[in-house]
Amino acid sequence: MKTDYQTLEKRAEISKRIGRGVIYVLLGIWALIVLFPFYWMLLSSVKSYSQYSSETVPQFITLHPTFENYATAFTAVPLAKYLLNTLIFTVATTAIMLIVTVLAAFGFSRMSFKGRDLAFTVFLAMMMIPNELVIITNFLTVTQLNWRDTFAGLILPSVTSVFYIYLLKENFSQVPDELYWAAKVDGTSDLKYLLRVMVPICRPTLVTITVLKAIECWNSYVWPRLITDDPDYYLVSNAIQSIRESGFGRENIPAMMAAVVVISLPLIALFLVFRKKIMAGVAQGGTKG
Amino acid sequence: MEKQNLKGWLYLLPAMLFLGVFMVYPLIDVFIYSFEENFNSVSQSYTGVGLHNYLYVLHDPYFLQAVQNTFLLVIITVPLSTGLALLISLGLSSISKLRELFQTIFFLPYVTNTLAVGLVFMILFEKTAYTDGMVNMLINFFGGESVDFITGPYWAKMLVLCFYTIWVVLPFKILVLTGALASVGDTYYNAAKVDGANSLRRFTRITLPMISPSVFYLVVTGFIGAFKAYSDAVALFGTDLNVAGMNTIVGYVYDMLYGASGGYPSYASAAAIILFAIVLTITAINLLVSRKHVHY
Repeated sequence: MKTDYQTLEKRAEISKRIGRGVIYVLLGIWALIVLFPFYWMLLSSVKSYSQYSSETVPQFITLHPTFENYATAFTAVPLAKYLLNTLIFTVATTAIMLIVTVLAAFGFSRMSFKGRDLAFTVFLAMMMIPNELVIITNFLTVTQLNWRDTFAGLILPSVTSVFYIYLLKENFSQVPDELYWAAKVDGTSDLKYLLRVMVPICRPTLVTITVLKAIECWNSYVWPRLITDDPDYYLVSNAIQSIRESGFGRENIPAMMAAVVVISLPLIALFLVFRKKIMAGVAQGGTKG
Repeated sequence: MEKQNLKGWLYLLPAMLFLGVFMVYPLIDVFIYSFEENFNSVSQSYTGVGLHNYLYVLHDPYFLQAVQNTFLLVIITVPLSTGLALLISLGLSSISKLRELFQTIFFLPYVTNTLAVGLVFMILFEKTAYTDGMVNMLINFFGGESVDFITGPYWAKMLVLCFYTIWVVLPFKILVLTGALASVGDTYYNAAKVDGANSLRRFTRITLPMISPSVFYLVVTGFIGAFKAYSDAVALFGTDLNVAGMNTIVGYVYDMLYGASGGYPSYASAAAIILFAIVLTITAINLLVSRKHVHY
């Protein structure tokens, strides 16, 4: 009897191990599918042009890595200019969004005034308005204002994010009222209270919002494409598209891949630094997907 | 509590200005545009009011092609990506070693530039004069014929588009589902084990009902997201999607607005409203179905 029990247990243990092994293999395969494009862009970006175009069968490694493609990417097209444009766009849009969001969230959570709840309901309803519907008029508005190929035209329509106002308002509401009354007794103004007390307490949420918005800005493609004809105002997404269609000539794929690496790197770095925050924030309210 | 009427509204003012100018006004205006016939954006004039724009769009072969592409994309990618995400999340929740590493890797596509990585996908799948490309090399290795996935037959292009779409949307779904799975308490499983329920039964009777709200959320947002597909297609097939025969409804809207085929905001508005009506209908159907199958 004792041995029977032992073999049973052993058998269960073995099948459990096999099951776990299969899971690891399957997860590994998907990890490979996810990582492979990244590996391929890095690899192609360090192959020389002559080497790349002489490979009828693509090689998985290269023995002679070169950085000449990166030089080409920065000299043949104004990649630095595109990166700078995107940086300006991202920083400005995110900064204005933060100011607008913090003020509105404070108004909704801390102020008490007539029509507040109605206004909040209207705000929430606006979360359902699809961007595709309003972008048409915005395109015509910006065109009529002669804001095409300006940062104002790029930035201002991209600022508003109702969802972030909602997220921050929920967070602000958790700050105990006692702090507010204590500050009032000390003669602190509302604005000072907001900046000195609320903002520091809710810093984690603010960081999450900032990082998510920055990612969104860095990757935005549709609006910048509609609003810019002048390459001087291209953001990286549009730059990639125009590089692909005219840039280095369709053939110079290693240089294109170098540009792709340069464009992808800042985001991946940002992700690795703020990994936990980004994943928690996206789980709360990501929409891409 | 003291009333702070003026001050309260003052805090909301910036947000209201931005939302009013760039969201509420455009929302009203898009409906107006869609009914104004032969609208000219330069002279701001139109010849009549009616359904002409809608009829034009509904009879435009490019629009019908875009609708077909979009529906195919939705029907293929939403169930596949949700199912795949569920499998991966189940796998993730049953291991402990390397789990965080896998989670980090799986999330990477979320933070990458769709256009940039799309270019890499194009290169992997593309068949050019001098090389058949990476994917075709694999196909050849298993004894298949090379296929031109980027400029070749329709099914091949659709396959790449679906594959890339799933690659892009999976991180979000995995994230949501691993979160949901983690929140199912061990007590349920232990109780079921004591009752002798096998693992399949535990999955269908405990896990699935417990995470059904999250699955449902993913299906709804998945439908909405897939109906709005656009950048993925541009990344793979270039900006001239009509010529490639791979346009989506959103792509049709933007093409009517801007670029070589642009300058028709009325048609764009009509197409956008048709899209919105489709999405609204599908979401309503989803909500009705969920009443029966989702356990809150």
